Order: sequence, then C-alpha cells, then structure tokens
Amino acid sequence: MAIEPQQAAAQRPMEQIVRRYPPEQRYLLAIMQDLQKEFNYLPREALGLTAAHVRVPLGKVYSMATFYKAFSLTPRGRVSLRACDGTACHIKRSQVIIDELRKCLGIQPGETTADGEFSLETVNCLGACAIAPVLVANHKVHAKVTAAAVREIIKSYGGRVDEPVGN
Amino acid sequence: MSQLATENTSNGRTILVCCGTGCQASGSLEVLASLRGLLAGEAGTAVRASTKSTGCNGLCEKGPLVKILPDDITYCQVAAEDVPDIVDGLRDGTPVQRLLYRDPVTRQRYRSHRETSFYKKQHKIALRNIGEIDPGDIRDYLDRGGYRALRTALSMTPAQVIGEVLASGLRGRGGGGFPTGRKWQSCAAADNAPRYVICNGDEGDPGAFMDRSIMEGDPHTVLEGMIICAHAVGASSGFIYVRDEYDLAVVNLHQAIRDARAAGFLGDRILGSDLSFDIEIVRGGGAFVCGEETALIASIEGHPGEPRDKYVFPAVKGLWGRPTVINNVETWANVPVIIDGGAAGFAEIGTAGSKGTKVFSLVGKVVSTGLVEVPMGATLREIVFDIGGGVPRGRSFKAVQTGGPSGGCIPGSLLDLAVDFDSLAAAGSMMGSGGLIVMDDRTCMVEVARYYVNFLAGESCGKCTPCREGISLLLETLTGITGGRGSIADLDLLESLSATVRAASLCALGRTAPNPVLSTLKYFRDEYLAHICDHRCPAGVCRELTEFYIDAGLCTGCGLCRRKCPAEAVSGEKKQPHAIDAARCIRCGECINNCRFQAVRIR
Repeated sequence: MAIEPQQAAAQRPMEQIVRRYPPEQRYLLAIMQDLQKEFNYLPREALGLTAAHVRVPLGKVYSMATFYKAFSLTPRGRVSLRACDGTACHIKRSQVIIDELRKCLGIQPGETTADGEFSLETVNCLGACAIAPVLVANHKVHAKVTAAAVREIIKSYGGRVDEPVGN
Repeated sequence: MSQLATENTSNGRTILVCCGTGCQASGSLEVLASLRGLLAGEAGTAVRASTKSTGCNGLCEKGPLVKILPDDITYCQVAAEDVPDIVDGLRDGTPVQRLLYRDPVTRQRYRSHRETSFYKKQHKIALRNIGEIDPGDIRDYLDRGGYRALRTALSMTPAQVIGEVLASGLRGRGGGGFPTGRKWQSCAAADNAPRYVICNGDEGDPGAFMDRSIMEGDPHTVLEGMIICAHAVGASSGFIYVRDEYDLAVVNLHQAIRDARAAGFLGDRILGSDLSFDIEIVRGGGAFVCGEETALIASIEGHPGEPRDKYVFPAVKGLWGRPTVINNVETWANVPVIIDGGAAGFAEIGTAGSKGTKVFSLVGKVVSTGLVEVPMGATLREIVFDIGGGVPRGRSFKAVQTGGPSGGCIPGSLLDLAVDFDSLAAAGSMMGSGGLIVMDDRTCMVEVARYYVNFLAGESCGKCTPCREGISLLLETLTGITGGRGSIADLDLLESLSATVRAASLCALGRTAPNPVLSTLKYFRDEYLAHICDHRCPAGVCRELTEFYIDAGLCTGCGLCRRKCPAEAVSGEKKQPHAIDAARCIRCGECINNCRFQAVRIR
C-alpha cells in the first residue's frame, strides 16, 4: 500500500498519540482508541507505529483492530450516525429508523457515503433505553426518534433527502 | 472539607438538575445554563439558590428533571423556557403546577417525586445517592456519609471485612449471582501476589443501564467499594473496565479518581493505614463478550477479548495470572452500605437466597420507564404495574424479558413470581444484570428471539465451534421463520441445536445463548405456529407476514394515521373511513401505534 501525502503529514500526530503511553502491550487498546478518535479510523501507518511501539507483531494489532467494534480500518464519515438497536429501542421499532437511514443515505450499516459525509452504524445499546428509540449524531443523542425525525436530522447536518419515504 | 459543602447550600436553596444521559438528550444542559444565567442576575439575590448537576434520577422518560431542596419539589420535562417560571415560583413559594409530576394512571399531580407511585415502592441502596449529589463534587459524597465505610473497614482486620461481606449474603449483581464474600475469600487465601481488584463496567446487555447510571451519578461509591476490597484481599492496584460508549461515565470516574487521590482515599498509605492502592480506568473496545470476566481480563492485558475455560477462577488466577477479584458496578455500590450499616441490616432485606435489593432497568412497553431499585423478592406485577404503571395506550401485557440477551421471556401467567436469582432461573430466564423489558401484544416473540440470537451471533467471539456455528444456525432458522419460510421441522431443529450449544460452549455467552429461543418456544409456541402454518405475524411486526388494514366500522376519520404515515400510504377524507394502500405501506406500524380507536388491524 502506497503512502499518500496526507498520511505522511499525519504521521507526526500519530507518533505523538502512540508515544503518550508506555511501551507495554496492556496499553494497546488505549492507544488504538485514541488513534481511532483522532482520525476517525485506524490508518495503516498507525497500526505499524503502534506495533513497533509496544513491540508486538503487526498481526497482533490487526487482530485487535478487527476484534473490537470500536475500530474501523476505513475512514468514517464527517457525521457519524449511530442508531441504537438495543432491546428497548428494538421493540420500539428501531428497525424502522435503521431502514429509513439506509434509504436516505443509500448505505448499509458499517458503510460511509461516497462523499465522505455520513457514516452509519448500529450499536447494541447506548444505555438511554428510557428514551428509546435513540439516534446519536456525532455526540448528540436524539431521543424518541421517528422516521420523519431521521430525515430532519440528516438535513440538519447538510444531507439531502428526497421526500417522501418509499419502499 | 465537608464544611465547604455545607457552606455551599446552607444559606439558600439547592436546585438539582438531572444531567444523566437521558436528561441530557432531552435538553437538561440548556435548562441548567438558563438557570445559572438567570440566578447570576437580580433574580439570584432574591431567591438565593445554588445549582447542581446530578446523575440519573431513573425517571429518564420524564426528563429533564429539576428538583428543589429543601422545598422538595420535583419538576418534570422542564425546558429552558420554563426556567423563569420556576424562579418566579421560588420567589413567591408556589410550585409551578404544570411542571409537577402527573401520575400517568390517576392523572394526579405530585409536588415531590418521593410521593409518586414510581418512587414510593422503591428501596434505594445502590442508587442511594444518585440524583441527590453532584457526582463531580467529592464533598457531596462525603456529606452523605461517603468514605465512612472505608474508615470503618480500615479499623477492621481483612478477615473481619470478608466475614461481614459473607454474612451480608451479597451476590454478584452482574448476572452470575456468585456470593461476593466467597470470591474475596478465595482471592485473599491464594498464595500469590500482587493481587488485583477489577470493576466490571462493561455493561453490554442491551436494555440495561443501571451500571452507567451508577458510574455517572455516584462514582465514588464504586471507588469506595473497591478500596474496601483491596484492604480485605491485600490488593495493590485496581482497574475499572468501562464501556467507551459511556462518555459521561468515563469523565466522571476520572474526576472521582483524581479527587479521591487528592483527599487521601487512594494512593500510598490510605488514611494513614498500611494500605496502598490505586485505580486506573480501562476503556472497553465495544465487544459484548468482554463482560465475561475472563474475556475482560484478556482485554485489560491488551489482547482480543476472548474468554478461557474457568478450571481455575480469576479469584485464584486472574489478571496476569494473579489472584483477582472482579465484581460488577452495582455489587461494588452495595459494599460501602454493608460495611457502614452492618451485614445484619442488609441481610434482613430480600429473600432467603438473595439478599438486599436489585436495580432493574424497566424499559420497553411500560408507562414509566427508568431505573427502579426494589428489594429482592418483589413480584414482577409490583415492578411492572405498581411502579411502572403498566402497559401504555391501553394495549395488553404479553411478556417481560429479563436477563439480557441470554435471558428469557416470562409470560403474563407468571406475573406474581417473586423475583430473585433462583426464581428467575427456575422460570427459564435469569437475573442477568437486571434488564426488564416489558412487551405488549405488538411485540412478536419469534422476532424477539431472532433479535437476541442475532445479537449473540454478532458478539460470539468465534473461539469455540458450538457457539460460533450453533448460534449462526439458530439465527438462520429463526430468520427463515420470521421471513415466512419456516417449516414445522424447524421447531425440532431449534430445540436440538439449543441443547448442543448449551452443553458444549466454552463460556457463559454460548451456554446461555439458547435461552431466548427455548423460553419463547416454551411459553409462546403458538406464535411460532402462526408464523409457520398460517403465514401471519400476530403482532404485526414481521414485514413479510404482516398486512395492515383499517376497519371502516371503527375508523372515525380523524386523520391521525394519515398524518403519521411516513410513506403516504394512508388516504381518506376527513371524518370518512380511511384506507391503507398495501403497495405503498412500509409496515412501520405508525398507524396502528397511534390509532386511538383500535381501527387499524392486522390481517
């Protein structure tokens, strides 16, 4: 994989994040979480730096990156939409919310729109069950969401939505 | 230090604004900002009130909640626009009627939340401070007797502390129900050092949020419980493993640890004793299986969170192969109360086999959703109907699901079951971490089973074959049934697969995964049969098997369903019976959920 210019430029902050922690395997998860937060995904470069820092094979870091749900190996969108599909949300029909998001954005959960604007994920429970169903846009929690509210939320982040909902 | 806190509140009122995750989502931060803005001005000198942001009060559905002390007034669903009226109410001493809690059943308004049916029957131990204190201010915790238990424990020998926890009958609140004192005893007896103490805050059960609420709303009680344990077992370091999704909990725990260090409750020679102990936070990576203790330990060590077989318990060989006590958040929150008030008092509460209280997150199709803490042995009916106010919109109660994804569904015929660890297991479910999800006639039990199995299939770590392959096959079969492709033979297949997965899986995730399937097959077999034989979903949930129509005889033509329909599939003139265009209908159920005349039917 070729190193793109922006990756080279990003290497400095990557190193800073990695070196904030002592070079021990127990900090692997924390380093990777900080990288994920900073870049919205785990760039290939960052995985290599992390492996070298804590002195484990790259494969080990990769196994962590693919095991834990918090990590993504591809860039996530500018606006992260996380639809809760925990039990309380589910029985209050979160599937309708998720279907609406899929239709409006034209992507499946786990994907990012081609313009890099929106990424869609489903999460298992945000612990906000009393106000189900819940949708989190970047860090804002939206309570008691309906299909109509989904369209408004997407629009409020600059997305385009065709009316009305169809099959 | 406690003097400072008194100074803060003694010369006026305290306005407590709930800033738990639920209330924040409903706008409590705006309410708080607006209150602070108004009180900073001329109004502030007139009413002399200070503000505090508190953790979750449990009644998230009615949030944002604002409580005023010492007047003991509780306001619900407060918006920033209501703030001037609240402050005016404080000036002339009359509460703002429209913001007081209204009982959803009797429609009566209550001045204090304590008088409401939602709170009246609760018995708060683990949640005792939440909603009453500012979790970011250690002085608030100290004012309510915080860290008193730690002083008491340090004046006792480690064996005495363990004896007290054993005598209390406390069992692990995270799901297993293992006696906490026995865990501590084996850890203390293990001839190996250093020893570790872990708080399991990887609350992964969808539908449960009591641990989040405690970590957010009363972080010091968790720390205090862990420090007491460190003294009892001789541990030198502790870890709190908390879900990274719980932003606010992570922030508040960090703050609490810093403050506890500064006050001498953590660090070297705690309160002048020989105990040196510190705690660090590990943020979880978002894997459900990490709630399993051996997987959690692997995760702290920097490995993928895969469980191992427990020939040897973590209490003997845990983190980095050392003796480790690992308890759940709610369990830790009970420890200071046991040491402070004595084991005997604690053991008086509850049933023969399960002592104390349990926090349930009462959610789903119930009028008052939120966190409730009741003595062990309370019946499901008391929890769902007396506290929760029953099923909303006049629909009928069908089942209550307990124990998280690996729990089971309990039907209406068992509503008088006294809930404790053993009775739930006997009914084919389990306590789990305390999720209590109420389901009504609009919940499809086959789809619920499919939902849980889908969840578990995604969370199975893949290490052992029965769990990895067995759950996937259960899912495939259930998906077939909900998609209208089921056959009678599938029911036998589900049962035999379940038996294999239960018997042969490595950890509790796999061993309990068939519970949702078996309990729904046991109590709701007729729904499976309706899907398979009649090709219909009685609850109107499974899309392939559902068609909504409007009963012209019952329809008043109010137009509510037409306005609510996101697909523009409902048509009709005002005051004339409406009709649903099945071709346009996306089967979201907005029409049937909103119709006040039961005119929308399921074919």
